Amino acid sequence: MFSKLFAVRKKLDSKQRVYFSILSFLMPLIIWSLISYVPFLWHPKVEITEPGDVVYFTEGMLIDREIFDREVETTIAESKVTPQGLPANPIYLPAPHEVATALYTAFTTEPKRRNEKWLHESLWDSVQVIFWGFVISSIFGVPLGILAGTYDVFSRLFEPFIEFFRYLPAPAFGALAVAILGIHEAPKIAIIFIGTFFQQVLVVSNTTRKLDPSLLEAAMTLGAKRLSLLFRVVIPGIITHLYKDLRILLGWAWTYLIVAELIGTSSGITWFITQQARYKNFDNVYAAIIIIGIIGLTTDIILATLGKKIFPWEKGTAKA
Amino acid sequence: MSELKLPSYLEQSEIVKDRFERMKKRPVTLQVKNLHKEFETPQGKVIALKDINFETYKREFVCVIGPSGCGKSTLIRILAGLETPSSGEVLLDGIAVTDPGPDRGMVFQGYTLFPWLTVKKNVMFGLEMAGHGNKNSEEQALQWIDLVGLSKFANSYPHQLSGGMKQRVAIARALANQPRILLMDEPFGALDAQTRAKMQSYLHEIWKNIDVTILFITHDLDEAVYLADRVLILKAHPGEVQEVIEVPVPQPRSPDQLLSPEFLATKRRLEELIHPPEEEEGINEDKMNMVRMVDVKNEVESVF
Repeated sequence: MFSKLFAVRKKLDSKQRVYFSILSFLMPLIIWSLISYVPFLWHPKVEITEPGDVVYFTEGMLIDREIFDREVETTIAESKVTPQGLPANPIYLPAPHEVATALYTAFTTEPKRRNEKWLHESLWDSVQVIFWGFVISSIFGVPLGILAGTYDVFSRLFEPFIEFFRYLPAPAFGALAVAILGIHEAPKIAIIFIGTFFQQVLVVSNTTRKLDPSLLEAAMTLGAKRLSLLFRVVIPGIITHLYKDLRILLGWAWTYLIVAELIGTSSGITWFITQQARYKNFDNVYAAIIIIGIIGLTTDIILATLGKKIFPWEKGTAKA
Repeated sequence: MSELKLPSYLEQSEIVKDRFERMKKRPVTLQVKNLHKEFETPQGKVIALKDINFETYKREFVCVIGPSGCGKSTLIRILAGLETPSSGEVLLDGIAVTDPGPDRGMVFQGYTLFPWLTVKKNVMFGLEMAGHGNKNSEEQALQWIDLVGLSKFANSYPHQLSGGMKQRVAIARALANQPRILLMDEPFGALDAQTRAKMQSYLHEIWKNIDVTILFITHDLDEAVYLADRVLILKAHPGEVQEVIEVPVPQPRSPDQLLSPEFLATKRRLEELIHPPEEEEGINEDKMNMVRMVDVKNEVESVF
């Protein structure tokens, strides 16, 4: 049993794979639950339930355990009424059930001010920024990458500069983007674009270069020339790998989202997170972060399933 | 091997002699003239092919055989137009070859079917490149697929086929263009012995029924003698033509001939040329230093 579980590069059976996949989500959840619900684990604070004779204590107040203990000793020494309290975690670590509730209530809670957006509206803004940033980047990045991977001329022409430019951190262009594009959506889309585009060209050109050259040779002996080589062999030959690359790059685009949304007027899910953090609604902050994860993972799963439908020969190339 | 009394490989029966005489009167398909190929390597210049001259006649089956490093693959790649010679020229029906083209079909050792196309679409590829309409290409493709016996798999993808089936599709794909010559670069090298024998018979059947000259590269002596009208033997370092043997085994061939005296005589000659008897002792460095490492008390004291 044990040796089977740890066999090098051997696949587990499908049941075990499902169990371990579930476990990979359960493990962090269990750790989080233990820290939240087992009183002697961590809990560096005390929540006051009964202030006693300590003047500055109020009910529901969170106080460091050391200070609480000191005050308890003082009250005992001076034979006053001792304060009561329960071990608690800091406000920035809400318990799982609080976050779970927030996952629902965050959507149903009305914004504090009239002109502020509901959570679902903020999320929709974010999705749009990602979408346009990624689509515009792909419209330019994918063809350039394929050209660079196919023709050495384009590789020399584009890649050295792109290689340099990709080291420039996208957020560094924030101020510039605002100056040029204004304070609303445009500069945010631009940041996603800058963060994605340069990597995209290099990743796609690299993928294009990995195409088995003997397929090109076979095509040439069958009479394929120039453009038909590009459109009938290179592109269909790499399309499945290209699709996988784009899925990974879409994940990267999400990582630029938070920075992008801080530029100009804060908006989208980032605005929601900063706003909630300001009100110390950390349960909402966690909920929002989890929602980003759920959206990302769901999109990826949908795209993966879609891929299997669009590319029926996928199974074969994955093995080769 | 005990000394078998074998005739000379140069001895030909009347029928075989007559056939070769008639063959040599056929028009020449491929002509290779003073072909020379050098490569630049970090260790200096390497001569891959030196002064290669030969020709093939219409509908002839020629095998090229030689030890590894003799430039067999370079030769066939130059014939296909995938590489350019350093000097010399290749003529197909009198016209110089410069680029790859559909008049020279090629079957590679690795499976080079397009994984994103079905068997049918793979075979249609060359026809579409030649500008045949979709319907016309499809009809022709299905005929070729039928010829190699894979009609049932016309709509399968390559990854669903076995190695032998893949090479049959590759042959159909190359033949669909109706090339003047079919170049085959160790096409059965990756197949198991049984499939290989079957494929050899298939190939002979196809060759009999189609107007095509075949140039076939192999390193398997049996395969060369079994398939070829003539065998071209290359020598390594540098790659030169050592001998061109007219195979004295009568056509049509069948597996029963594998033990016939003519077959064995030809094979022995090939063996002599490709694995010459070691000339001097001591030069050979890859000798094994065998020491008995089995305990005397081992249950199986000797394997004999």
